Amino acid sequence: MSAAIEMESFDLSAIRKDFPILASEVHGRRLVFLDSAASAQKPRAVIDAMVFAMEHQYANVHRGLHWMSERTSDAYEAVRDKVAKLLNAASRDEIVFTRNGTESINLVAYTYGRAILQPGDAIVVSEMEHHANLVPWQMLRDAHGVELRIVKITDSGEIDFNSLEDQFADGKVKLLAVTHMSNVLGTYTPAERLAKFAHARGAKILLDGCQAIVHRQVDVQAIDADFYVFSGHKLYGPTGIGILYAKREILESMPPFLGGGDMIGTVSYQRSTWAKPPHRFEAGTPAILETIGLGAAIDYVEAIGFPAIAAHERILTEHALSVLSAIPGLRILGSAQDRGGVISFTMEDAHAHDIATLLDRQGIAIRAGHHCAEPLMGRLGVTSTARASFALYTTIEEIDALAAGLIRVKQVFG
Amino acid sequence: MAGNDQLYQDIVMDRFRHPRRAGRPEKFDAEAEGSNPLCGDRIHLYFDRAASSISHESHGCAIMIASAELMADAVAGKDAAQIRQLRAQFETVVTTGTEHPALGDLNALASLSEYRARIRCATLPWATLGLALEGAE
Repeated sequence: MSAAIEMESFDLSAIRKDFPILASEVHGRRLVFLDSAASAQKPRAVIDAMVFAMEHQYANVHRGLHWMSERTSDAYEAVRDKVAKLLNAASRDEIVFTRNGTESINLVAYTYGRAILQPGDAIVVSEMEHHANLVPWQMLRDAHGVELRIVKITDSGEIDFNSLEDQFADGKVKLLAVTHMSNVLGTYTPAERLAKFAHARGAKILLDGCQAIVHRQVDVQAIDADFYVFSGHKLYGPTGIGILYAKREILESMPPFLGGGDMIGTVSYQRSTWAKPPHRFEAGTPAILETIGLGAAIDYVEAIGFPAIAAHERILTEHALSVLSAIPGLRILGSAQDRGGVISFTMEDAHAHDIATLLDRQGIAIRAGHHCAEPLMGRLGVTSTARASFALYTTIEEIDALAAGLIRVKQVFG
Repeated sequence: MAGNDQLYQDIVMDRFRHPRRAGRPEKFDAEAEGSNPLCGDRIHLYFDRAASSISHESHGCAIMIASAELMADAVAGKDAAQIRQLRAQFETVVTTGTEHPALGDLNALASLSEYRARIRCATLPWATLGLALEGAE
């Protein structure tokens, strides 16, 4: 197993040295960070890019006529090209900078939802959405009179296509908004099949790629996604920068989200005109440093390469599923055919928070709770779960440490 | 777990595994429901004013359930003013980590001060008792 990990293109010990925080100790133990699905750690390259900008190349963007502003605008706009390339978007103008994945979805709900969707139209989301891909649609429903429908998942944690057929049967559905990878079950959804399904029935598709973007090459044109959103901070970049991809003709049909500087064509006291996309959706001074940091994160990930990252994480996930399922009384939630390195579980007797606390004292960081997916917890018949999630810097030894830690939890609660 | 499981000591685990104040009593004067939406912990408290005793129905972590149990022991026979004082003393213990001589077994939860995110697990039963007492007054 370790031979496979130590592929020439994937030097795990070198990668770990790129992440300064991984050398930390917590409660006197070496940090074992298994909470990357909540937010990933940052490589030196990201930290340095942001520090460099602040020390050598910083001014506001798109405004100044001076050298500093022009250079900063170049560095900032270059990230739009990087994101377009990462997603294989047809044009850089299809990339909108937001604050995070949540804001990207809210932007779509607020603009496309109110201007293009009509009262009486229906939106479909799945049972396994993060609150970020549920609550904005509930707010749109209440404000605008659209209908919100929930497509079921199977017991293995996959989209139930029979239920999807039912939801679409009356022809009212105009938008299918689903996760590309569940933050609770680790399930990858079949994005291309879902897009084809929606398009064949006259609906658009929005994919919440906050988890998927970290682990796989995403090609929005191959998927034929209408909207694709993700957050920079899970992709080893900083917080405060998110991405909305949307097809050019859709963005052009959408009114602005927030009003202010940078999003206008001309402004008078009476009225204003809007800039073309993507700037139409980017009011005010953006997260300049964070965007530059995201650019460095994309460079970092692409230098390693998604095939190598995916191969490494597949080995980690298989190993984790095997060692965790060998622990008596431990139940892994979801068993999708196509799944990634996010594993939620419960243990007999021990509540998820007790598990997390006892692991924390061993230096092991996991997530416990409802993972911003409260309705899914109800669907699964639990109130909370423990969740371990992996990143490109995770090692087999860390997963073994988790298993050993869980056996100690069992001893305390046994 | 080499010195790091002080929180999950015998008294806590015993009261979690074998609660003695759990269940819905036949007779009660006030009740209240408390929950922690972040983790799904839920507690329903019943207060019998004449006996000044409480019982609880709890679904949650070991810390919350043990805290409810030890609270029920501590407040038995106490009046509302004494209960308010106990609650304040208990909250000081779990936030500072300094035991209070008058609190007895409740001091078992003192090491919660090192687990900031878990303090609210232990204080949930007390907050719920506060609601029940308001209802009774």
